[in-house]
Amino acid sequence: MKKNWPLWEVFVRSKNGLEHRHFGSLHAPDAEIALNNARDVYTRRKEGVSIWVVESKYIKASNPDDNSELFDPADDKAYRHPTFYDLPDDVEHM
Amino acid sequence: MNNQNLTHYLYGLADNALILGQRLSELCGHGPTLETDIALTNIALDLLGQTRSYYQYIANLSHENLSEDDVAFLRKEHEYRNVLLVEQPNADFAYVITRQYFFDVFHFLMLEKLQNSKDLNLKAIAQKSIKEVSYHKRFSGDWLKRLGDGTELSQEKVQNAVNDLWVFTNELFETSKADQTVLKELQIESPETFKSDYYKIISSTLEEAKLNVPEVTYFQEGGKQGIHSEHMGYILADMQYMQRTYPDMKW
Amino acid sequence: MSAKEIKNLEDIFEAKIARDEKIEPKDWMPEKYRKTHIRQISQHAHSEIVGMLPEGNWITRAPSLRRKVALLAKVQDEAGHGLYLYSACETLGISREELYEQLHSGKAKYSSIFNYPTLTWADIGAIGWLVDGAAIINQVPLCNTSFGPYARAMVRVCKEESFHQRQGYEIMMTLCNGTQEQKDMAQDALNRWWWPSLMMFGPTDDESTHTEQSMKWKLKRKTNDELRQQFIDQTVPQADILGLKVPDEDLKYNNETGHYDFGEIDWSEFWQVVKGHGKCNKERIKARKEAWHNGEWVREAAMAYADKQDKRTTKQTG
Repeated sequence: MKKNWPLWEVFVRSKNGLEHRHFGSLHAPDAEIALNNARDVYTRRKEGVSIWVVESKYIKASNPDDNSELFDPADDKAYRHPTFYDLPDDVEHM
Repeated sequence: MNNQNLTHYLYGLADNALILGQRLSELCGHGPTLETDIALTNIALDLLGQTRSYYQYIANLSHENLSEDDVAFLRKEHEYRNVLLVEQPNADFAYVITRQYFFDVFHFLMLEKLQNSKDLNLKAIAQKSIKEVSYHKRFSGDWLKRLGDGTELSQEKVQNAVNDLWVFTNELFETSKADQTVLKELQIESPETFKSDYYKIISSTLEEAKLNVPEVTYFQEGGKQGIHSEHMGYILADMQYMQRTYPDMKW
Repeated sequence: MSAKEIKNLEDIFEAKIARDEKIEPKDWMPEKYRKTHIRQISQHAHSEIVGMLPEGNWITRAPSLRRKVALLAKVQDEAGHGLYLYSACETLGISREELYEQLHSGKAKYSSIFNYPTLTWADIGAIGWLVDGAAIINQVPLCNTSFGPYARAMVRVCKEESFHQRQGYEIMMTLCNGTQEQKDMAQDALNRWWWPSLMMFGPTDDESTHTEQSMKWKLKRKTNDELRQQFIDQTVPQADILGLKVPDEDLKYNNETGHYDFGEIDWSEFWQVVKGHGKCNKERIKARKEAWHNGEWVREAAMAYADKQDKRTTKQTG
């Protein structure tokens, strides 16, 4: 039975202090090679100081069809933002 | 320090990196996957970068206003001092990986010693290169294990490569009289001192990769003395083509 | 879904693109959008990896170490770009292996320019200058295309490609400042690559079938003819700086339009190459197929090793 190399997602931290960011994907037979490949493909120009790889099939993604129930309810919760609150002009830096 | 001896020694270092870099360059665009293609090219680029540092150093020593390219491209076959191992062809991926691993382990141990050299140029080159080579060794070692402990077919292919290339490993440790003078003066430990470590590391990786350590007692040598395999002429014919066809031009 | 419901979804979809919102892989999309994108992105990816071959032809013969590393890094970038683009394409539900299969069987196309041979070192200069120059003009607008993964891949590609064209032009410049033999070599390369480069923008607008749809989906921002004109206007002065003559007797700056007028393109040659009758069509595909075929046992070995490792770990922990 022929089995192709699975797909992996690559996350790179560009420098310490920043989060790992999704950089792209690649194919690899296992995690070690995926890490090597990620280094060789995505950090050729000093783009990173740390790499995560995860096999794509383990990522559970939300369904865009559910967007209205998942994300729209946050629309009218203005009280979660600082601009919702009135302060006298004399109060600075709050 | 005698410049002639030092130059002779440097050619030994530089030519290995050049010829292996040249061999790996042939593969660009023909790898088993895009990812592997990119990885092998990275190794080629590292080696060519190292080779340039050595040649620039040689050119500076020459006092004849030579360039790195003059010394890289314009020598006769017998003046190249690379070992036979690095000129072996890219017969298949098993050969490429085995050749690489056999060289990488040596290269790494050699650079470790070179880092402590009294020569500041060499020290700097070694300190930069060892990081690169540390990864090369990891890459080729990882693949050797996968090919050895993969399928029956891959095991057979990589065992063949190991058997064929093993005979070239001993030459890595060979030193000429001039080399020995330089090593002594610059207080670089001779390759002989890490030869047993080398074979220990290689043997343990081969074992882990479910491969047999060849029982060879006769080794091939000659590259370091300028007596190469028949492959070398073709490598140079390719590499020197422009320089020979259009002499004295800038590119 | 009823036809009416689909129509409704399509309207929402088109409105989204018109508002400059991106489409992401899991979003609903018309089947035609998916198919068109698979075709275009994979064609683009194939062009990158087939494009490695004509330039790869000169890596071992590069005339200096500096040129050698630059060329090697450039060809490697093309592998990277192919990889980014295949990945973008895979988000549309097709595997890289299937895409390769389409390339190898001749079902999928790639840019015809790579079916021309690289005969001299100057060709490496000309490719960087002209072919990459044309590619950049085609690609920059794609950084804003509607399909998110494609746009993101293109941002990365364009960023990395910025050195490619300079690399080529520098080679040409060095040749043109060199001996007569080198100048002749440069001129000969320009003569051979000029017209094929113009053809890279595709058939003229009245012959082009996909333009309107592609504009709507932001796969295109300008028409083939507009892009071609932009390329000519920007490249001719660069040829002048090199002291080379563009091989077109009808080429002339038009003061009224502010553009260069140029001669008739030989479209019969274009279609012949597209149909597979270029000098190198067969070799290019053969090289790709061989690389893939020769790598099969390697890919299988790595998978077999991974399976064994998995089983070992399960045994230990289980």
